[in-house]
Amino acid sequence: MAKTYTPIATTTLTSAAASVTFSSISGAYTDLALVITPTIPTGAYDLLMRVGNSTVDSGTNYSVTRLSGTGSAANSTRSTSASGMFCTYYGYPTSTNPSITTINLMNYASTTTYKTMLIRSNNASAGTEAIVGLWRSTAAINIITISLDASTNFSSGSTFTLYGILKA
Amino acid sequence: MAITSLKSGISTRSGMAGNTLIYPGSYESIATVDVGAGGVASITFSSIPATYTHLQIRGIARATTSGSSFVNCTISYNSDTGANYAGHDLYGDGSSAVAGGGGSRVPSNIGVVTFPDASIAANIFGTGIIDILDYANTSKYKTIRVLTGADANGSGYILLRSELWQNTSAISTITLTAAFAQYSQFALYGIA
Repeated sequence: MAKTYTPIATTTLTSAAASVTFSSISGAYTDLALVITPTIPTGAYDLLMRVGNSTVDSGTNYSVTRLSGTGSAANSTRSTSASGMFCTYYGYPTSTNPSITTINLMNYASTTTYKTMLIRSNNASAGTEAIVGLWRSTAAINIITISLDASTNFSSGSTFTLYGILKA
Repeated sequence: MAITSLKSGISTRSGMAGNTLIYPGSYESIATVDVGAGGVASITFSSIPATYTHLQIRGIARATTSGSSFVNCTISYNSDTGANYAGHDLYGDGSSAVAGGGGSRVPSNIGVVTFPDASIAANIFGTGIIDILDYANTSKYKTIRVLTGADANGSGYILLRSELWQNTSAISTITLTAAFAQYSQFALYGIA
C-alpha cells in the first residue's frame, strides 16, 4: 500500500503578515488538507480563504453552511455568494488563543465538479464549529490564499501546513 | 526506529518514549471506487486487511435520484443487514442546529454521508470523511465518527455523526449504499 498524507509546504511566520499563499500546488493528489494555527495582534477576526487556478478568485463564488457551539448554545448559519470562504465563525483566532483550523479540500484538482470543502475550527475561549463550503468553479485549484476578514495581520509564529492525500 | 517504553510498553516513533503515539508516514491508500457513467447502487470495499489500527474513508458524492434535494448514503459492515446499528448526529441547515438519532436500526436507517440529488444544480457534490476506529478489534463493538456535508449556495447541511455497529467481528467489508451518480468517488485509507 502506498503511503500518503504527504506534507507539501509549511509556512511559519517570522514576522506579521496579512496573508499566506500556497501557489503552484501540484494536481497529483486527490484531496488537500490545510492545517492552520494562527494568532492575530488584537481583536477577533474570521479566517478567509480564497482559491483559484493560477490566480485567486475574488468573485462572489463562495458559500458556506456552519454548525457552531459557543459553550452555551448551538446554532447554524450560512453565507452565500461571498467573495471568499469564511473558515471560522466562533473558532476565530485572537491574540492569545490560536484558531485551530483544518480545511479539507476534496477532489481539488477535478475539472468536472465544483469544489466542496469540510472545515473544523476551534477557539477554546470562544467556540467550535464544523463548516461545509462550496467554491462554484470547475477549475482545478492550484493556489490558496488565507487571510483575515479585516485589514489586519497574522502574528509571527502563526503556522500554515498543506498536506496532499492520494487515493489508491 | 520504534522506541518502546519500559514503563508502559507503548511503542513510539517520536524520540521520546511515553509521548503520544506518533507514526509519521503511517497513512496508506488501500482502495478507491470511482463511479462511472450511469451511476451505481452501492460501493463496496472488501477483503480489507486487518493490519491497520484505524480506517478512514474520504469521498465526494451526488445522487441520481431527484426530489429530496439532499440525501444520505447508508453504511453496513460484513454484509450485516440486521438491526445492529445505532447512530446520533448533530447537524446544521443554515438556520437551526438539530440533534437526532436512535438505536437498533437496520443499515437503511443509518445515514452516513450527505450529498445532493439531481434536483440540486449540476456540478455540486457533497463530501464526507468517515473514521472507523479500531476496526479489527474482536473484543468490542465498532464506533465511527463522520464529518459530512454539502453546500449549494443557499441550501445545504453540515453534520457531525457518531455511529455504532454492535458486533465484535473485525470489519473486512464496508458497503455504502445510495444511487451514486457519475463522478462520485470514495477512497479507503489505513492508519497504522
